[in-house]
Amino acid sequence: MSSLTVDEAPQAASHVHYLNVKFGVKSWLFTTDHKRIALLYLASITFFFFVGGAAAVLMRLHLLTPGGLLVEPATYNKLFTVHGILMVFFFLIPAIPAVLGNFLVPMMIGARDLAFPKLNLLSWYVYILGGLFTLYAVVAGGVDTGWTFYTPYSSTYSNSHVIAAALGIFITGFSSILTGLNFIVTIHKMRAPGLTWFRLPLFIWAIYATSIIFILGTPVLAITIVLVALERLFHIGVFDPALGGDPILFQHMFWFYSHPAVYIMILPGMGVESELITCFSRKKIFGYKFVAMSSLGIALLGFLVWGHHMFVSGQSMYAGMVFSILSYLVAVPSAVKVFNWTATLYKGSISYDAPMLYALGFIGLFTMGGVTGMFLASLGVNVHVHDTYFVIAHFHYIMVGGMVMAYLGGIHFWWPKISGRMYPQGWARFAALVIFVGFNLTFFPQYILGFLGMPRRYAVYPAEFQVLNVMSSAGASILGVGYLIPLIYFIWSMRYGPVASANPWNAKGLEWQTPSPPPTENFEEIPVVTEEAYDYPVREAQVA
Amino acid sequence: MAGHIVSIKLYALIFITLLVMTGVTTAVGYVDLGRWNIIIALAIAIFKASLVILFFMHMKYAGKLPRLVFASTLLWLAILITLTMSDVLTRSWDHPPQGWQSLSTSGQR
Repeated sequence: MSSLTVDEAPQAASHVHYLNVKFGVKSWLFTTDHKRIALLYLASITFFFFVGGAAAVLMRLHLLTPGGLLVEPATYNKLFTVHGILMVFFFLIPAIPAVLGNFLVPMMIGARDLAFPKLNLLSWYVYILGGLFTLYAVVAGGVDTGWTFYTPYSSTYSNSHVIAAALGIFITGFSSILTGLNFIVTIHKMRAPGLTWFRLPLFIWAIYATSIIFILGTPVLAITIVLVALERLFHIGVFDPALGGDPILFQHMFWFYSHPAVYIMILPGMGVESELITCFSRKKIFGYKFVAMSSLGIALLGFLVWGHHMFVSGQSMYAGMVFSILSYLVAVPSAVKVFNWTATLYKGSISYDAPMLYALGFIGLFTMGGVTGMFLASLGVNVHVHDTYFVIAHFHYIMVGGMVMAYLGGIHFWWPKISGRMYPQGWARFAALVIFVGFNLTFFPQYILGFLGMPRRYAVYPAEFQVLNVMSSAGASILGVGYLIPLIYFIWSMRYGPVASANPWNAKGLEWQTPSPPPTENFEEIPVVTEEAYDYPVREAQVA
Repeated sequence: MAGHIVSIKLYALIFITLLVMTGVTTAVGYVDLGRWNIIIALAIAIFKASLVILFFMHMKYAGKLPRLVFASTLLWLAILITLTMSDVLTRSWDHPPQGWQSLSTSGQR
């Protein structure tokens, strides 16, 4: 059963909205409208996603044969570094907050814009500036340290463009801080009358928790990068033992940000997931307060577990034990979410529209990524699979299987609101399936490869691993095609798609009460909220 | 929203204090006081940071919510230092396998 309603005639929406209120490049580059800034982010993030993706495709092609097919080992090192840096800092971290968050936060809370619209535009320029530095580093010859910039390699030995790339990440960090600050103030100060904290959509709770991590974590990464640069340029001893430093201190400071950053990447995805599951099962979320609080729980606990990246680094094993126990704890709020989504589906009136296919894919893939995370939190197993493809598979199940699925689900869900147009449902469902299949074929063999002992970050491998590597590479090509299909039909739909109604999915939430696309000021009158979130009518089957 | 207005005189006074304390830090750096060097330098740094936070960042005049936000940053700093020190301070607890020479006990650290 489909819940889709669209207007028949494929003609442009007649009202004045944020897309047709002004035209021309200037009207976009100087806009302070959160919706237009969201689209600026959408375009730039998509660009970085495909550049980072191209690096991944090259790597997978190279690994078709045990001796390596395409590039020199040194170039291979640069490929995985570029892939990591672009995907982590320029796609995964900003994707949902800066695109969907920017677009939706004011509309979901009944506000006309974010609290600081100019700061919001500045955050995009800062992001672009950081991106340009990083692209310069790539074009000038690349970086070979891995996205983690471990010292003393990055500070002393690497002859690649470490400073430019690190500077790019440093600059982009400020874009995150500005965005996080903007969201926190907006959510505190600009909620519509009647919209109490526990009536907020769960997407808002997730974005709020993410913003806290942005603000508390990102400065530490910035400081760490500056210290690496100072050591590289002026030989100040912070991380280099020869100068009196401690290389493991770098890993502590790096992961103090970068592990919570994992939750920056997945928490907004979980927020999208809650919206999709409730809408397409037409049910109130199961255990609203637990889902909301679990976002804050993840944000807090996420800061206490970073040492699990360092079990074999020379870190004290006593610290390792503490970090191991704390890492297990993060599973609790994550599991609360997964169980509550599943319970929401129970006796729901489920429809399999494209966004829901992504949402269901998310639950399964995220769970697999999460459960293998439990393997990795265990000190003994971690030593066996440390720095192997098992770890690669684990975090790609979370990042790609979880976060990218949620991001695409969210884009498919809110595209009618963003563009005022529908996309072809058949193609969208097909793309979701292609991505699901391609993803599993790419990454499931990597679990096995890792368990068998194939280390990550090597350009060559023993011949007995070839079959699984070929499977993985084949999957990557399917995945690549899967990602291109939505790109094509979304662009197509902007001109030729059927016009979308204000609420094509019959969803709850303030953003659906305004026309598609919304006017610049979002609402003609600020709405007054009188009901709980996800107040879908209760059906007979659910009463029993 | 009306913020608290601080007189330029007070700002100037604090600015001069900060400059003087920077001078003191530099001067103390030239005197060998053993482990007291780092303690004095950190104490001065904390004093200076407190001035900046209280007056330049208006925390002295701020409401409860901004104070809570600021307090949370101190808590997070404490997390960073505590868990990092849980590694640094316990590294020497490890007993190397028999026959292996421990770097920490042979005085090479």
